[in-house]
Amino acid sequence: MPDTDELLHNELLQLVPKAEAKQSMKDFKSDQEVRWCPGCGDYAVLAAVQGFMPELGLAKENITFVSGIGCSSRFPYYMNTYGMHSIHGRAPSIATGLATSRRDLSVWVVTGDGDALSIGGNHLIHALRRNVNLKILLFNNRIYGLTKGQYSPTSELGKITKSTPMGSLDAPFNPVSLAIGAEATFVARTVDSDRKHLTSVLRAAAEHSGTALVEIYQNCNIFNDGAFEVLKDKEQAAEAVIRLEHGRPILFGSQEPKGVVRDPATGDLKVVAVTEENRSQVLVHDAHAESPTTAFALSRIADADTLHHTPIGVLRSVERPVYDTLMSDQLDAAVEQNGKGDLGSLLAGNDTWTVVG
Amino acid sequence: MTSQVSSAAEKAEEANDAVLGGQRAPLSGTTGTTGGDGKEVRRLDRVIIRFAGDSGDGMQLTGDRFTSETASFGNDLSTLPNFPAEIRAPAGTLPGVSSFQLHFADHDILTPGDAPNVLVAMNPAALKANIDDVPRGAEIIVNTDEFTKRPMAKVGYATSPLEDGSLEAYNVHPVPLTTLTLEALKEFGLPRKEAERSKNMFALGLLSWMYHRPTEGTETFLRQKFAKKPQIAEANVAAFRAGWNFGETTEDFAVSYEVAPATQAFPTGTYRNISGNLALSYGLIAAGQLADLPLYLGSYPITPASDILHELSRHKNFGVRTFQAEDEIAGIGAALGAAFGGALGVTTTSGPGVALKSETIGLAVSLELPLLIIDIQRGGPSTGLPTKTEQADLLQAMFGRNGEAPVPIVAPQTPADCFDAAIDAARIALTYRTPVFLLSDGYLANGSEPWRIPETATLPDLKTPFATGPNHTLADGTEVFWPYKRDPQTLARPWAVPGTAGLEHRIGGIEKQDGTGNISYDPANHDFMVRTRQAKIDGIEVPDIQVDDPAGARTLVLGWGSTYGPITAAVRRLRAAGAPIAQAHLRHLNPFPKNLGEVLKRYDKVVVPEMNLGQLAMLLRAKYLVDAHSYNQVNGMPFKAEQLATALKEAIDA
Repeated sequence: MPDTDELLHNELLQLVPKAEAKQSMKDFKSDQEVRWCPGCGDYAVLAAVQGFMPELGLAKENITFVSGIGCSSRFPYYMNTYGMHSIHGRAPSIATGLATSRRDLSVWVVTGDGDALSIGGNHLIHALRRNVNLKILLFNNRIYGLTKGQYSPTSELGKITKSTPMGSLDAPFNPVSLAIGAEATFVARTVDSDRKHLTSVLRAAAEHSGTALVEIYQNCNIFNDGAFEVLKDKEQAAEAVIRLEHGRPILFGSQEPKGVVRDPATGDLKVVAVTEENRSQVLVHDAHAESPTTAFALSRIADADTLHHTPIGVLRSVERPVYDTLMSDQLDAAVEQNGKGDLGSLLAGNDTWTVVG
Repeated sequence: MTSQVSSAAEKAEEANDAVLGGQRAPLSGTTGTTGGDGKEVRRLDRVIIRFAGDSGDGMQLTGDRFTSETASFGNDLSTLPNFPAEIRAPAGTLPGVSSFQLHFADHDILTPGDAPNVLVAMNPAALKANIDDVPRGAEIIVNTDEFTKRPMAKVGYATSPLEDGSLEAYNVHPVPLTTLTLEALKEFGLPRKEAERSKNMFALGLLSWMYHRPTEGTETFLRQKFAKKPQIAEANVAAFRAGWNFGETTEDFAVSYEVAPATQAFPTGTYRNISGNLALSYGLIAAGQLADLPLYLGSYPITPASDILHELSRHKNFGVRTFQAEDEIAGIGAALGAAFGGALGVTTTSGPGVALKSETIGLAVSLELPLLIIDIQRGGPSTGLPTKTEQADLLQAMFGRNGEAPVPIVAPQTPADCFDAAIDAARIALTYRTPVFLLSDGYLANGSEPWRIPETATLPDLKTPFATGPNHTLADGTEVFWPYKRDPQTLARPWAVPGTAGLEHRIGGIEKQDGTGNISYDPANHDFMVRTRQAKIDGIEVPDIQVDDPAGARTLVLGWGSTYGPITAAVRRLRAAGAPIAQAHLRHLNPFPKNLGEVLKRYDKVVVPEMNLGQLAMLLRAKYLVDAHSYNQVNGMPFKAEQLATALKEAIDA
């Protein structure tokens, strides 16, 4: 566990009151019975979040979870913080109103692939572009769970479901690519079952000023079981998962080491077997690169069907003015320029006449 | 239109000039005094002027300026801007005509007037589009420079109406406005196109002379508006003065008119002119101040509501946050999120936007958080008539959500009344923790009238305490916080905002258990919660409806919202003609005032004029089993007093 002070170098986090006493995971468990299906990946994410919160050390009354509709959106009920389970797709907009009016709050959005990318796609991209100070946890199980198993906007092409008995026809979104394209300042991906990695990504997201999008690959053991098995099975994962770490060469593979290099012909990224000759050409991951180009290229390196070469970790983390701060600064500037508003003089205006009795 | 006034309530707005439009002297007035320029000056009690031109001719600005001059002179006034939805419709065409009607008087008036005494027509299209509204004998000032072959042909004039005798019944003043303006601005060396644009100021100057309007305000305004282009500012001032001087010197304008200030019509106080959307914006800012809560507007631009977004954006020094969202849904979402955090959340829109916000309004009903939904109604369905007025969103506001989702509805009755209505809507939202609809419309939004500026100390206190600690004791003695434990009087639940230690709780759109607020699918609990939410709204305290019935009439005319002006004007006419009629006007559409049923039953006949196909009448019939008669108009324009008077007379006589 890193030193708490280190986390709080984020100046926006400084605006949120700190917990007076040391917290434990138990402090963040609400009294409500958790009602996800047994074996659901959501349990692991809930435990990781509840386990991480004490590390943040914020007063829990100043933490709010806002969600939309779907299995994952029941999340706020299980957190002993303030919370709102809102309506389908709209959590980012509601959270935007809360975060921009209450900078003393740490506001988290919990959403799913249907909630965030289908019905709520518009709100997601605009929250990202504005860089509102929200931490968005996007649980991606590549299926509609709560409505019992229709394909989702992240389902692979040709997916056989109740609503697509002959296979789905639409190409899926890659949430990380979408977020980078929508001017996101922080984009990361992690996996429900890897508690340590998940926690490290939550930590990085919490440290970020502005909107942080965390895609969490999450298993739906009822309607899409094993969707991410290739990333979880120890043997396969070594070949399938690319663990990104800022400042480190992008290397993976078990038997023979593989790496990501830039193809000089196209400028695109590709995976190669690492040899003594090409070792120096292996890309060093720079999450803080100002240009989103390489992060985007990294997000495209995975095979959408097999999930081979799936990068996890923080793909992009850059500084950009935060909407909430800018909004607040304008309020201060208005008072500086015109003085604090006076209702009497506002109502009177400049052009009046008087009627005497 | 001073709704505060009752002393002049019986003063009829004579109907005869609707038939003959000439500018008449008041019955008691004297005519034939002589002004300083040696010309005759006639005294009038009231005048209706309509400025009409191309969308690009600056008619709205001209009307606004004349209104400002008139307001500062102390007349009572009422305005009706009327413009197309297109920003620049094809020049010189009928759909491109923009107009501004102003009614001003030395007494209390209620409407922008039925028919203009003076029409200013800047081009053939403006003449053609408006001539049907102009009564014979009225004065028409035309810009003759535009009456050339092509512009006339464009609107179907085969021959010039200025020459073919078709305007014989009118008092036409042919004025080469463009030529005179160019001549007046010769020394400025402006490009011709640029100089021509000042012709509206020439017309304004001419009309200002005709009606003895003060001019300093307009000159100051022009110099401020064009502060960065002093040459343009001076050119406009020069055109304005040239118009005035033209009136004073030319033979064609032999008479000017005086309309004395409406000193009797106004209670003592300080006044300003105000439009509905401005009054509404101020009402929202005031509500935030009176509640000691930050105001948060989440909005998406839409006609005719955008002015409120613009206005509130200018007042950040009141702590007002304005958020221009990506869509209507996000606008209300942000407002609701801010309300959860303890702000006075507001969203502004028009009918199509309300349709998109419906689901979030339902969520607000379920969350029981205060929220204001401002609907500036316009013609519908769908995109409908964006710049025209209508009252056809009443049933949408009342019922346009899934499930039993009651929402209180408040409706202002005049432009200035939008201020008080906004404060009243905020009172209900904050006291009862509920979303509230405020139903204004395009007519109120853009129309203006004098407003007695209230003393801020006289405004109501809207302070609403947040929950600060536990509100319930469990059987074992534990003190807990129950987010859905209600105030026994108001049935409002506590407003516990994030940041309050010990009150952490979760709320959502799923049905919740009474008291604890935990998710509950229990049938009996759902039945109880549905009835309780309804009972909360039904129990909202609203004042009794007042009936104005001096003569013990058998017929009651009942209106709501912006029809107040035309209905009251019609009622005055009827009473002046000896026809007894009772009048009442609804500010609260949900819940209705407690005495409404009793009031309706007192009358043999109830007539409900509405700018829809009978939406209030339907609610009245359903709730009170009363045979309410609808009188409807859905042409995008407010009722005319004369037309309403005729319809009401028929109802009385039937």
